[in-house]
Amino acid sequence: MKNSAVRLPLTSSALVEAIAATEMRRQRRFNPARLIPALFGGTIVLGVALMAIFAPLLSPGDPNLQTLPDRLKPPSWMAEGRPDHFLGTDSLGRDILSRIIHGSRISLVVGVAAVLFSGSIGVPLGLLAGYFGGMVDAILARIADVQQAIPFLILAIAVVAVIGSSLANLILVLAITTWVLYFRVVRGETLSLREEEYIWAARAVGCDNWRIIWRHIFPNLLPSVIVIATLLVANMILFEAALSFLGLGLPPPTPTWGRMVSEGRDYLASAWWIPFFPGLAILITVLGINLLGDWVRDVLDPRRRISALF
Amino acid sequence: MVGYLLQRLIHGIGVLLGVSIIVFFLIHLTADPCSVILPPDASASDRKICRRQLGLDQPLPVQYAIFLSRAVQGDFGFSYRHQGYAMDLVLERLPATLRLMAVAISFALLVAVPLGILAAWKRDTPIDAFARTFVLFGQAVPDFWLGIVLILIFGVALRWLPVSGSRGWESLILPGVTIGAFPLTTIARLLRSSLLEVMNQDYIRTAWGKGLPPKAVLWKHALKNAAIPTITVIGLEVGFLFGGAVVAENVFAYPGMGRLAVNAIANRDIPVVQAFVAVTATIIVAVNLVVDLLYTWLDPRIRL
Repeated sequence: MKNSAVRLPLTSSALVEAIAATEMRRQRRFNPARLIPALFGGTIVLGVALMAIFAPLLSPGDPNLQTLPDRLKPPSWMAEGRPDHFLGTDSLGRDILSRIIHGSRISLVVGVAAVLFSGSIGVPLGLLAGYFGGMVDAILARIADVQQAIPFLILAIAVVAVIGSSLANLILVLAITTWVLYFRVVRGETLSLREEEYIWAARAVGCDNWRIIWRHIFPNLLPSVIVIATLLVANMILFEAALSFLGLGLPPPTPTWGRMVSEGRDYLASAWWIPFFPGLAILITVLGINLLGDWVRDVLDPRRRISALF
Repeated sequence: MVGYLLQRLIHGIGVLLGVSIIVFFLIHLTADPCSVILPPDASASDRKICRRQLGLDQPLPVQYAIFLSRAVQGDFGFSYRHQGYAMDLVLERLPATLRLMAVAISFALLVAVPLGILAAWKRDTPIDAFARTFVLFGQAVPDFWLGIVLILIFGVALRWLPVSGSRGWESLILPGVTIGAFPLTTIARLLRSSLLEVMNQDYIRTAWGKGLPPKAVLWKHALKNAAIPTITVIGLEVGFLFGGAVVAENVFAYPGMGRLAVNAIANRDIPVVQAFVAVTATIIVAVNLVVDLLYTWLDPRIRL
């Protein structure tokens, strides 16, 4: 049995990655039972995506319509609940179900866009650093180290605080605080791919560096990149929600799940449904993405490298 | 050993220098700190004086040099909003946050270690399935919402625990659980998978082969080795703990430095934000340094 600890460089993240690798190796064997959670997750993700796309059609009412006489009404199945407000109303009499349905748009748009943007920073930089090494690598690796010394959430709130929060800024902030995740994996894999025989062969027949990177290395990285991206969407949604909760997300009246939870804080004793259902929406969405992501990881089997911290 | 220690130390200092650059630029991304400090109707000459006093009329590299020379002494300037130095304000609240994080990590370990061990030991049984489902949900639950649900259950419905402020140890429980939930899932999952990995090793087969009772195999041979990556991850989790503390302190109106930081951000009180980020990063770098040393000591196969 090979012992993974012995040949490791002495950094903590490398050890974590090695453990993640063994965990993945074990899961590689095909197991139809693992398809059930994946299907479950896929159904949730599809449902949320459809909800976001068709929000105006599905929503029972206007998410921002305030009906003050109907404020703080409980869900329709409870005593005093109104039939037209299935999940109740908030402190301004707005329909919570409608707000949750519209809120899915922000969560998904921010989650997906931030992941794509983050990848478009982290993947090229990781390729450059891994392939060329030298100064570029040293500098980029140090920047990554620096960034990892500041927790994502703290860096994100600090940056949002100074540049302000709009949809574009939010995506930008999430991307620049998470690109390191791609960078580390892509750099590591490029480093080992660079020494493969087929890369030497490509070099021998006269491919230039760009062609080698683009045609020979990048396609081999793609599975890992897809796995990171899938799992990162879930984390981005959680980050966006946390920022919104802290008052650093999109400004009102745009309905976002995080701020809906925050708005319910003042009514915990009287109207639990205001914070409860939006949070449940986040939980279900993230759970669905994670289930799907675990399956993607199993199928694409990126032999190692993807941090267990996901 | 000394060489390695020195190398890690220099690396840590380099990282903190990098952090200082990020922290420095935070202030330069804002339009103008003087517009935050001065009233909106301040005259142009007042603004000029303000800019000079803050050193904003100097070239950027000079500003950074001044900033750095002060920062290493813990001087991030006066808070724009509160009386006193920014660093003092942060350090004043640091113990409260550390207490909270200590509760969080203790809670995470108390649940995660038995859970991880049981799941690995009873692999593919209902216990394992329960553990994995638990972890799955734990990783999907937003921490701020968990905090609010805990308030709804233990504060509003059952009235067992205080839901805000900082009065005695009881008020540490709910925020501690809120912060600890996510690290808990990571630790449990990692402990399970590293135990499963260790159980495949030759020396475990030898331990079984020489007829040791299962307890001895687990505690003496397997667990010690499986603990190494878990300890490493606890080091990496410190960053998440700080992030969690920021959220939980806001949910529970707990007077720690995370709440201070979010309020400072809302008020554009940049020196306090800078001091907060600097303190956080320093602690994280220090903890990871300790962890790196700790596991080379734990695993004699790793030679320095």
